[in-house]
Amino acid sequence: MKMSINTKTPWQDITIGGEIYEPANSKNFSTGEWRRLKPIIDWDKCTQCLLCAPYCPDSSIPIKDKKRLEFDYDHCKGCGICENVCPVNAIKMVKEG
Amino acid sequence: MSIKERMSGNEAVAYAMKQVEPDVMAAFPITPSTEIPQYFSKYLADGQVDTEFIAVESEHSAMSACMGAAASGARATTATSSAGLAYMWEILYVVSASRLPVVMAVVNRALSGPININNDHSDTMGARDSGWIQLYSESNQEAYDNYIQAYSIAEATRLPVMVCQDGFITSHGVSNIELLEDEVVKSFVGTYEPDNYMLKENSPMMAGPFATIPYYMEIKRAQAEAMNTSYNSIENIAKEFAKISGRGCSFFEEFMMEDADCAIVILSSSAGTAKEAVKSLRQEGKRVGLIKLRVFRPFPGKIIADTLKNIKTISVMDKAESFSGMGGPLYSDIKNALYETDEKPSIINYIYGLGGRDIKVEDFISIFNDMLNGTDTKDTYRYIGVRDKRDE
Repeated sequence: MKMSINTKTPWQDITIGGEIYEPANSKNFSTGEWRRLKPIIDWDKCTQCLLCAPYCPDSSIPIKDKKRLEFDYDHCKGCGICENVCPVNAIKMVKEG
Repeated sequence: MSIKERMSGNEAVAYAMKQVEPDVMAAFPITPSTEIPQYFSKYLADGQVDTEFIAVESEHSAMSACMGAAASGARATTATSSAGLAYMWEILYVVSASRLPVVMAVVNRALSGPININNDHSDTMGARDSGWIQLYSESNQEAYDNYIQAYSIAEATRLPVMVCQDGFITSHGVSNIELLEDEVVKSFVGTYEPDNYMLKENSPMMAGPFATIPYYMEIKRAQAEAMNTSYNSIENIAKEFAKISGRGCSFFEEFMMEDADCAIVILSSSAGTAKEAVKSLRQEGKRVGLIKLRVFRPFPGKIIADTLKNIKTISVMDKAESFSGMGGPLYSDIKNALYETDEKPSIINYIYGLGGRDIKVEDFISIFNDMLNGTDTKDTYRYIGVRDKRDE
């Protein structure tokens, strides 16, 4: 069953009890809004070794054609694991806002 | 044809449970509701029901198992009392917010402390804001009738329902009862066919999601709407039940309320005692009456205000202290309901019966006489049945 609930949905159209009828639909929701620290990447330093991507617990480092892309800030929670595992210090955590 | 029997309130609820035959019963024993799972286990052992009985390790797990079962598409029930209900607290709110139609039998018992095993309403009154529909029963008969209707109400409103009766007084007191035939009960509750559930083939579903700031309030508002619009379902189901049983009221029973000047508002078993006082005073020509609430959540405020607005003085009986500094929970709601009416009856609150303290017909007669003789309407928050130096 397709669902279309977003931050504009009035209470009358929310599913009963907040039930979710569609698998893997978290991509449709912004779940990173409470992030306090935000990872930023220095593309000059990045060697595209791709070590950061499998470590990301929220799959927020998309990869296309064997290259990582910009962070998915809608879903990144700012945990900082990517900064920690980057072998060339290309990722820095900075304060949000 | 109804079956005439004699049984305790606990056995009556267990018998209704056997007749409904829910898919899952998860329970942990606690006085005075222990007999409900005990009787039910015997029905199960004797092969009379096909229910999955889950002997859990705590009430927190009992309610969690009910939630999981209900979300999976099963009819689920449990029974508890006092500290057992308190231990379910967290999950009570999760079940109601998830809009799962769990039915629970509560045998009311005082909450600790001091620790006490006897009856008052502090356990379920504390849970009055948990989003559960609450039905209160005066007798074993009403506990039986309410328990059967609870399934229809829960499934129609998608709200959980607790069916309360007084610990030891009706739970263990054996009295006459009229039971319905198994087929009549089974056909009344029907087959449970939810639209969506987690075990539905080819329709993946998730219940109980994490709701962030942009979603939580909309979900709570929708939950409130379910409670606000549940009155019709409760009333219609009571009418349908009356057709098969010849018994029952929708929201509250009016006892000798025609032309009454003074009235008592009360819940559960003590209503029976108070009715004796009403009958005896009526014989003396005194215009007194009684309202016994069956439905406390949602509170039938509008219709109760309509019934009470022309009464001169009302005494509201609370079998629970709320420590609000302003009286008990039933009193607060009655007073709230009457704020919108033009006529304003005087309303007195009595806290009574805490921890199993007995209340007698004479106590109700003295309450009525006090109202009839023009009681001090400024002194509204009173205790009855407590030893007090000032009374010596």
